[in-house]
Amino acid sequence: MSSNRGAAVRFESVQKSYDGETLVVKNLNLDIARGEFLTMLGPSGSGKTTCLMMLAGFEPATHGEIFLNDHPINNVPPHKRGIGMVFQNYALFPHMTVAENLAFPLQVRGMDKSEQERRIKRALEMVELGAFGSRRPAQLSGGQQQRVAVARALVFDPELVLMDEPLGALDKQLREQMQYEIKHIHESLGVTVVYVTHDQTEALTMSDRVAVFNDGVIQQLSPPEALYEEPQNSFVAQFIGENNKLSGEVAALNGKQCMVRLDDGSELLADAVNVGGVGSRTTISLRPERIEVVPTDQQENQVEGLVEELIYLGDHIRVRMKVAGNDEFIVKVRNRGQRWDLQEGQMRKIGWSAKDCKALDAVS
Amino acid sequence: MSSTTTTQTGLPSDGVMRAADGTPLKRSLARALRREKLRSFLLILPLLAFITITFIAPIADMLFRSVENGMVEETIPRTVEALKSWDATSGELPDEAVFEAFHADFVEAFKNKTHTRLGLRLNYEQPGMSGLFRKSGRRATNLEPPYKEGFIDIDEDWGALETWQVIKRASPPLTDGYFLAAVDAERTADGIQMKPEKERIYLFLFWRTLFLSIVITLSCLVLGYPIAYLLANLPLRTSNVLMILVLLPFWTSLLVRTSAWKVLLQQQGVINDTLVWIGLIDDAHRLTMINNQTGTIIAMTHILLPFMILPLFSVMKTISPSYVRAAKSLGANDWTAFWRVYFPQSVPGIGAGAILVFILAIGYYITPELVGGTSGIFISNRIAYHISTSLNWGLAAALGAILLGLVMLLFYVYDRIVGIDNVKLG
Repeated sequence: MSSNRGAAVRFESVQKSYDGETLVVKNLNLDIARGEFLTMLGPSGSGKTTCLMMLAGFEPATHGEIFLNDHPINNVPPHKRGIGMVFQNYALFPHMTVAENLAFPLQVRGMDKSEQERRIKRALEMVELGAFGSRRPAQLSGGQQQRVAVARALVFDPELVLMDEPLGALDKQLREQMQYEIKHIHESLGVTVVYVTHDQTEALTMSDRVAVFNDGVIQQLSPPEALYEEPQNSFVAQFIGENNKLSGEVAALNGKQCMVRLDDGSELLADAVNVGGVGSRTTISLRPERIEVVPTDQQENQVEGLVEELIYLGDHIRVRMKVAGNDEFIVKVRNRGQRWDLQEGQMRKIGWSAKDCKALDAVS
Repeated sequence: MSSTTTTQTGLPSDGVMRAADGTPLKRSLARALRREKLRSFLLILPLLAFITITFIAPIADMLFRSVENGMVEETIPRTVEALKSWDATSGELPDEAVFEAFHADFVEAFKNKTHTRLGLRLNYEQPGMSGLFRKSGRRATNLEPPYKEGFIDIDEDWGALETWQVIKRASPPLTDGYFLAAVDAERTADGIQMKPEKERIYLFLFWRTLFLSIVITLSCLVLGYPIAYLLANLPLRTSNVLMILVLLPFWTSLLVRTSAWKVLLQQQGVINDTLVWIGLIDDAHRLTMINNQTGTIIAMTHILLPFMILPLFSVMKTISPSYVRAAKSLGANDWTAFWRVYFPQSVPGIGAGAILVFILAIGYYITPELVGGTSGIFISNRIAYHISTSLNWGLAAALGAILLGLVMLLFYVYDRIVGIDNVKLG
């Protein structure tokens, strides 16, 4: 695997089992570039945190090897890995002041006093907590604790920082603000960040690349746009953003496009992303905001649907329709002041482009 | 509407907030809360009464006994009155009036059979008094004047200056005699002095009780800390099973456990036999592990260990493993992570466990009695002796009061050093 040389982190055929019966992580191969912000995204129990713990050294890999700057680290204890880590509940030492917390990694490295103070000052200023050095963690708000945790993970200049759902305990507004701050710190310091979360907004906002985990396997590893625009399978399409599913059967396959016959008999043209041959089952994935309630001629797919429910949301109107037997079919209509004459109980023709709907693997 | 005019700030013009009916808000609130308070008080009333009757009152009574001295005045009131005019330091015996009063008292005391009790009481002040009173008995009641010669004729100790000094000294209704005795001091004609070296016992016993309690607390800590750590960090299912093993001693009688140590530790016991059999020691040099301090320390450490483990465990349970992980990720090795991050957070548990074990140990009675021999007994054994054998309750009460004061003093010192709010049981 010489082509992968130079990666900051490399997982090579890593497997992990806790009980010797089931694999929590199944054959993970992942390269993380120097300076990259990579997010591991997935539902709980998908194996993302386990991967992070293996990287930090708190869980041994059952099989395979993890490399840090091309050095295998399976037998390196956590304290010698030199990886900064931000924990879910911050894990700030409650019996030490903020400054003492920050001094801890410097003291165990035997750094002299003046250098310690210089770095603590710099780190606290970076997170805009310059005046809080003598406080105890319990005297800080959640957001401030979060910043101290970030500062502590960075104060000893690690090349790699791991973050385990660091914003999970904050309220929504603070969480959004911290996302930008972490993003800016990452950009200005150029450290490699591996970030674990189950919140897709967080993942899309901050990351260079996102690894979507499910069932111990990376389902897709892409930049945020690709994740949303070009999901590789039904799980990713469903997990990231809002998504309409229509199941059917491949009727014709023509290079990158295919004709899908839905269960009610109507036929749709879709991008063939992840389908078998003609006759195999498939699920069509379609974003609600790509559907027009007044279709134009350029839109290859036009179907009839029954308007079941209208929900007024200010900037857009959510229309729940029954299309091809699926009564959870959502259409988002942007509120531009036009009156589309939408009414509940109305049969209506809707349409979308073939490139906006993806034929993916079948889900039951 | 309300008749009081309201200013713009919402406060009425007279500065008193009022409820809708015009009563001041504070009084209105107090009335509303009174029912609540009364209810809470009624809820704790049964327990309060129980504790007052069975705990507070006996302790108060016991503490009072350590200074109470009504017996002399009750038994020989006329003598006490007559002795008031006698100067104990004059070097002369009291005059005939005192002896006459004493005779009258003695006749009455003999009739009521209280004269031996008085002798016993005075014996605490000066050995020999008990015998003197018993010996005088019926003969003293048959005396004719002059009484002075009569008494001296019965026993020449009645003519000794010391005898009367003791009686006069013991006359006041309150005495510090028990407390002096409890710290190995006595009041002589020359003031308060320490007892002769070979008669001192209590100060040494107090010191030994403190010392052994500290040793037992420390050994409980050393043995209990790793166990508590293990219990707090194992998966719940495993730790529950192990917790039963920790609690098992609680379900076994204290006497059984102490006796078990007797079987194990004695010279012909299991441990010595095993050591001899292995060949570590030879038959002539079997270890003495019981009826001495070693026995007391071993048995009491075993008995008090759960009291150390439980508070430690409950505190450790609350220390998230992510702290140690954080420390390690920051570059600390296992020891540094433990010592600088885990240990300081477990200190409240150590404080709670140590206080609990120490206070239990300092007042322990039955185990030292059974396995302590003479070199391993505690001050409480001596208190028990005075309560049940020598019947010197005053001295027992004084010893108990000192022990209580000592524990409170240590508690205070501990509060100043560690801080009592730094103690938690989970």
